[in-house]
Amino acid sequence: MFLAFVSFFGVLVCTFVLSQIVPGDPAVVAAGRVPDPVVVARIRSEMGLDRPLHEQLGIYLSRVLFRLDLGRSVVTKRPVIEDLQRYFPATIELVTVSLFFITVIGVWVGVVSATKRNGPVDHAIRAITLSGISMPEFWLAIILQLLFARSLHLLPVDGRVAIDVLIGSPLKGGTNLYLLDSLFQGNWSFLYSSILHLVLPVFTLTYSLVAYVVRLARAAMLEVLGQDYIRTATAIGVGRRKVIYKHALRNALIPILTIIGMVYGFLLGGTVLVELIFSWPGIGRYAANAIFTMDAPAIMGVTILGSMIIISLNLMVDVLCALVNPTVRYT
Amino acid sequence: MKARDTSGNRASTVPDQDSLYRASRLSKAWRVLRNSPLSLAGLAIVSVFLFLVAAAPVLAPYPEDATGRRVNFAEKLLPPTVTHLMGTDDLGRDVFSRVLYGSRLSLGLGFAIVAATAILGLVLGSIAGFYGGVADEVIMRIGDMLMSIPRLLLAIAIVVATGKSLPKLVIAISLPWWPWYARVIRGEVIRIREQGYVEAARSVGTSSWRILFMHVLPNLIGVMVVQASLQVGRAILAVAALGFLGLGVQPPLVEWGLMVSIGRTYMPNWWWMAIFPGAAIFLLGFGFNLLGDGLRDSLDPRTTLVR
Repeated sequence: MFLAFVSFFGVLVCTFVLSQIVPGDPAVVAAGRVPDPVVVARIRSEMGLDRPLHEQLGIYLSRVLFRLDLGRSVVTKRPVIEDLQRYFPATIELVTVSLFFITVIGVWVGVVSATKRNGPVDHAIRAITLSGISMPEFWLAIILQLLFARSLHLLPVDGRVAIDVLIGSPLKGGTNLYLLDSLFQGNWSFLYSSILHLVLPVFTLTYSLVAYVVRLARAAMLEVLGQDYIRTATAIGVGRRKVIYKHALRNALIPILTIIGMVYGFLLGGTVLVELIFSWPGIGRYAANAIFTMDAPAIMGVTILGSMIIISLNLMVDVLCALVNPTVRYT
Repeated sequence: MKARDTSGNRASTVPDQDSLYRASRLSKAWRVLRNSPLSLAGLAIVSVFLFLVAAAPVLAPYPEDATGRRVNFAEKLLPPTVTHLMGTDDLGRDVFSRVLYGSRLSLGLGFAIVAATAILGLVLGSIAGFYGGVADEVIMRIGDMLMSIPRLLLAIAIVVATGKSLPKLVIAISLPWWPWYARVIRGEVIRIREQGYVEAARSVGTSSWRILFMHVLPNLIGVMVVQASLQVGRAILAVAALGFLGLGVQPPLVEWGLMVSIGRTYMPNWWWMAIFPGAAIFLLGFGFNLLGDGLRDSLDPRTTLVR
């Protein structure tokens, strides 16, 4: 808990240092299109930009931590925190669905790989998953679009939901998580369209990241399968399936759990490119657009949000590990 | 091996032990490589690309399309044919020549990033592992912090803050990466630190710097090679991703990610502009990943122990 806080604090210091290096004066930006020197000076003292650096750091930390103020986007002119709230649900949906598939497919394929160790199936799995890791997400996304959307017309090219569905049967408010909202409101055409739009981006993210889980699941399973109790279980006549999925997998799950935080970090990075190409209205595309306009506050905001998620996720994983395995103790 | 150097005299046995150790690891790595068709394929792919880097000026049919600022609007957006194997781009330049030359920057930057990451990770990781205590705490906490920021986002933030240039690109990608390296190195150093021959060296009064350089570092080479070969693949992808976002290599330099990024705006009708450079990124990354994965297996007792 304490360490998580230290990490988060460090992340903030990091983004502070980076925002200090950014060329351009935030006071001038805030003053509007034609900056009046008097106004600039006033804003500068209001924002504390005329104070020494360590005081500015204090101001920055209290601003971010207590007022959730991440500054104002240079482009949208809105507070970054509002922009993040607006775009975040779309990213949560995309990333969570992807993480679900990465974990489920990854663990399953990893187990198969471990039980068929060094056989042709294992080699094939290794080649396929490694090819996923090596594929630039943006390139894979472009190819999938070309193939399934533009040539075969099986799936939509981009966006979150078809425009005629959005107009014909819109959602009534809700959390902006389209899958959940449309499910609860019984809006089936909306749900169907959302799912169709999710297929390509989710596939892109899953394929390019599943290797990390497969590799770890395989190694963890191999380690567990070599233990005495597995041999004992086999010896007393427990069926092979039951040994693998009940006795072994359960014990192999903990190391697999621990890399979820890491995979989530990769997902958040990868989603910048994927959202850009699939016009997915999430924080990834927000970040990508911020990059093209060199909108520093927006980029720092996305970075802080991403780290916050990963730190809390790692914390949750630690707690979960302690729950699953009572022998894990934190001192 | 251990018995020899605890009993023997330091000056003569230590280099001997080190070279023996290294040789055994290398030969072991080779044995594993030979038995693993996938790693061999990786080695082959990487070798082909290394050859292309060297031979690009000879092989490229239109070298000036990649090195100069030549444009040729009369031949723009031509589909792949015998004269232009991968077609031509929006400025009438031969995509094949540009992909060939692009391998130079991608590989060069990949190696530079891995070298920078390795040095940072090696120095900080071995200090943390060898000295422990406060140094360990401080370094690993900073590492934890960096690891909790999504790598690509941090790299993006660094480039946005500091500006676009090749050295800054290397820094922006290596800075978020060293903790992954440092963790592995630290673990290895802690393991080696407890070995008998280090204790023996310490007991005869060898200085800790000498122990670090003569006894610990040579034993890290195997781990470093594996990490490096895996990281080169990732570094090439990261360079391409930043190039694709317009934050990496800037024109007129030729880089694959940048080519895909420009080609994307010409999709789907002029697909060859984006597809071929992307395929090159994929192949090169795939080669390094296959090679690194095989090498790692050869050095990881968990996955090689026959049970």
